[in-house]
Amino acid sequence: MPTVSMTVNGKAASGDAEPRTLLVHFLRETLGLTGTHVGCDTSQCGACVVHVDGKSVKSCTMLAVQANGAEVTTIEGLANGELHPMQAAFREHHGLQCGFCTPGMVMSAIDLVRHNATPSESDIREWLEGNICRCTGYHNIVKAIQAGAQAMKG
Amino acid sequence: MHNFEYHRPTSVADAVQSLKGAEDGKILAGGMTLIPTLKQRLAAPSDLIDLGAIAELKGIKDEGGMITIGAATPHAMVAESEVVRRVIPALADLAEGIGDPQVRNRGTIGGSIANSDPAADYPAALVGLDATVQTDRRRIKADDFFKGLFETALEEDEIVTAVSFPKPEKACYAKFPNPASRYAMVGVMVARAGGAVRVAVTGAGPCVFRLPEMEQALSGNFSPDAIKGIEISADGLNSDIHGSAAYRAHLVSVMARRAVTDCA
Ligand SMILES: Cc1cc2nc3c(=O)[nH]c(=O)nc-3n(C[C@H](O)[C@H](O)[C@H](O)COP(=O)(O)OP(=O)(O)OC[C@H]3O[C@@H](n4cnc5c(N)ncnc54)[C@H](O)[C@@H]3O)c2cc1C
Ligand code: FES
Ligand code: FES
Repeated sequence: MPTVSMTVNGKAASGDAEPRTLLVHFLRETLGLTGTHVGCDTSQCGACVVHVDGKSVKSCTMLAVQANGAEVTTIEGLANGELHPMQAAFREHHGLQCGFCTPGMVMSAIDLVRHNATPSESDIREWLEGNICRCTGYHNIVKAIQAGAQAMKG
Repeated sequence: MHNFEYHRPTSVADAVQSLKGAEDGKILAGGMTLIPTLKQRLAAPSDLIDLGAIAELKGIKDEGGMITIGAATPHAMVAESEVVRRVIPALADLAEGIGDPQVRNRGTIGGSIANSDPAADYPAALVGLDATVQTDRRRIKADDFFKGLFETALEEDEIVTAVSFPKPEKACYAKFPNPASRYAMVGVMVARAGGAVRVAVTGAGPCVFRLPEMEQALSGNFSPDAIKGIEISADGLNSDIHGSAAYRAHLVSVMARRAVTDCA
């Protein structure tokens, strides 16, 4: 079985992975980082979004071997003593109910803010095309992301 | 997912070698179609040859009067490209409208066209803009590349390396996305270059096709009124839970007129 090595949340991580092991399963099962969720098997829900080399991707639709040597950031890598501003904004603005979609929403939102520091409501709604939430109706997620973007400016 | 051998070549030549040497090898590009297919066990290749480490396949060049996009260039890179935005804005718009941001970060132009999904966007761009597909062994005109439902002119072990687009005077893409999947229910690329007009339709039929009657009408008078009266036959068009063939035929006219209007 090949050994896969990557930098996860700033630390070197490695483990054995069959070629067919998905990145999300490597993160959850081999590395024990269960913050990244799996919500579908059709690459549509976005519960599994992580950053690979600075870009948001669906970790259920990427092989662990494809991330060999990459820099990966998961929801666990955001808080630094205190919550990341985007996480704090989701809490403050009730951007979650059951929380299942939240890790993917937060990771996706941070990638949006990197592209667009002051996203409008429609920018946010368009960007969230690949993130499905069964609970909130999105309204507070949009509010949270707008506030999180403000807070990320410093 | 069934297991497979994984290869990560760093050159096209090595990728072709690996593909030829495999019992039932498949190219892995962005994986946005192939990985879901493997998960559902709809395919069980013996080997996957990943294009991800081949630098020569990624990037966008403006040379010889053409915009050339490497096969492994992700949709997001096309959407964000300054040169594509300036020279063929319709192509940047099309790339920006594919799926969602995470799909656009991984999915590639080569994977999209090699797959020839009836509802994919890029086939309309290639045919509408009269592009040429480059492979490891030959050049294929877009008109000859798309053969049918999930069928292209590619040989079993042939790899798409790039797509070259001539620069149109005007081009616009109008898409009616499926509200659930965001794939095209119908997408129409209208382009004018050197006096000739091309109209390419995706989503409506088993694979991308042109509309000669509209092309002729628009060559004489490039306005939405010129094609208003043209009836689109529903014969052979797709019919599924999302829409009947007659509905799609109607959408083709509407999207074609919108594309022409957007060009004005
Ligand atoms: C949720 C979701 C929404 C989507 N929405 C849209 C949409 O709105 N519009 C749209 O057009 N598409 C859409 N897609 C598809 C997406 O655009 C992918 O880019 C496309 O499916 C395939 O590209 P890929 O690079 O991921 O290829 P892969 O999945 O890696 O490969 C697809 C096929 O092409 C072959 N292949 C790949 N590269 C080459 C090459 N260079 N030479 C020869 N063969 C090759 C592979 O062997 C495989 O058979 C969507 C996908 C998802 C998951
Ligand atoms: S788990 Fe649904 S998109 Fe990845
Ligand atoms: S909060 Fe429950 S799925 Fe979004």
